[in-house]
Amino acid sequence: MASKANKPELIVNGKRLDGRDFNQLRPIKIEANVLKNATGSAYLEWGNNKVLAAVYGPVEAQPKHMADPSKAIIKCRYSMAPFSSLSEHNRSGPNRRATEISKVTKEVFEKVLMLNEFPGSQINIFIEILQSDGGTRAAGITAASVALASSGLHMRDLVYAVSVGKIGEHLVLDLDMIEDNYSDSDMPMAISPRNGEVLLLQMDGEYTKDELERAFKMAADAGKEIGNVQRNALKSIYENIDSKYKGE
Amino acid sequence: MGAIDIVKTAYIKQLMSTNLREDGRGFNDSRDIKITTGILQNAEGSAQVDIGSTRVLAGVKLDLGEPMEDTPNEGTVAMSADLLPLASADFEMGPPSPEAIELARVVDRGIRAGKCVDMASLFLEEGKAWNVFVDIYVLNYDGNLFDASEIAAMSALLNTKVPEYVDGKVVREKRIKALKIDNIVTSVTVANVADKILIDPTGGEEEAADARLTIATDGKYVRAMQKGLGGSFTQKEILDAAEAALNRHGALKQMIEKTR
Repeated sequence: MASKANKPELIVNGKRLDGRDFNQLRPIKIEANVLKNATGSAYLEWGNNKVLAAVYGPVEAQPKHMADPSKAIIKCRYSMAPFSSLSEHNRSGPNRRATEISKVTKEVFEKVLMLNEFPGSQINIFIEILQSDGGTRAAGITAASVALASSGLHMRDLVYAVSVGKIGEHLVLDLDMIEDNYSDSDMPMAISPRNGEVLLLQMDGEYTKDELERAFKMAADAGKEIGNVQRNALKSIYENIDSKYKGE
Repeated sequence: MGAIDIVKTAYIKQLMSTNLREDGRGFNDSRDIKITTGILQNAEGSAQVDIGSTRVLAGVKLDLGEPMEDTPNEGTVAMSADLLPLASADFEMGPPSPEAIELARVVDRGIRAGKCVDMASLFLEEGKAWNVFVDIYVLNYDGNLFDASEIAAMSALLNTKVPEYVDGKVVREKRIKALKIDNIVTSVTVANVADKILIDPTGGEEEAADARLTIATDGKYVRAMQKGLGGSFTQKEILDAAEAALNRHGALKQMIEKTR
């Protein structure tokens, strides 16, 4: 989101730089249960984004004074690997951006998980961005959702996330890094597909009320496609279970 | 949550079920807002904003620095927020909390997306530009820090006088020229408490809230949004809040301009 010098033409002949239509997602692949130690995990590729998500717990809440006697608490860490971006080496450890994303991601899952089932305990969600190409928070939430489902923790819904941006007058789905850098607006959202409720909403740029309405519609349509990939990832844990056991 | 908070939260939710708020306001009523500018002399700009008993102070400093690599003909603006331990028994000492970082970043996004500060006017000469620091100091917490901070930051920027720059040196004693501000952004924050949407939540209402939504606008466009807390909003609730924020902008802008 910046009007920097040398802004490339992001839309040529009605297509985006990578050839996508305005309402087209990048290819998404998800594999569930990829890490042995974790209670649940998922590996996701979303365009050039590569994301690992893992869930540990419930475990006893630490430090003890953070424990909630009525429900489990969630701890969430979104983090970008120092080698994750095409530009220079990132300093490791959470920066201000990562701290904010960790916070809003945690808040997505507070309503989704049945936290009242585990009073006094803590559920850890770790999201590691191994390779970034725009839209990593949405990719992280979509992956974490599958990791949580594969952990067996009870959930109200399989949440997905996606962003809708604005390039010139066009609303465009799922901005990649170049589009994100030079677009006029960006609005990441996490949505509960069962009832359309919005669990994460961030936005900067310029949207009229009418554009917001259209952006919600685009996100809802994309949710059907993302949800299919998520569900298939979970299904395939069990589809191949026979050969997995026979093979080992 | 301590015992008193639990009792107070239950009380607020019970009141909500009979369509009442703890301070007697309607769901769409904001508390009185008071803006005071120019209260600090060493800072280049300052403003204090009171919304009910929430009190936020914003100070602006301009330092001589360098442009960013990708914007060689512009200065920079950086925003920070401190939830001071003296502002609430619940605020702790130590490094900035996720809440403080979120607050600063959301206020920053509204002002940045609204293109409020004329970034080119901060350029001085090849390799030299003003670095503008806006520091938000929360002095007393009673809810709705987002709107108070947005107004405080905006008002402090409008109050800012740029130091003289002579022969590569900053002369802070001479501050005549006003910082060039091109647009004014204000925000409206709503909370979802017991499945009802209310505007300008108090501290108690935020404690009882499932979700919070801040919408920053310049009257024409929605410039920034942020949902907070664990709950959710329907799309209609978001669009209604956007409309409320767009409609309310004019009055807030007038208030800010009057006190510059």
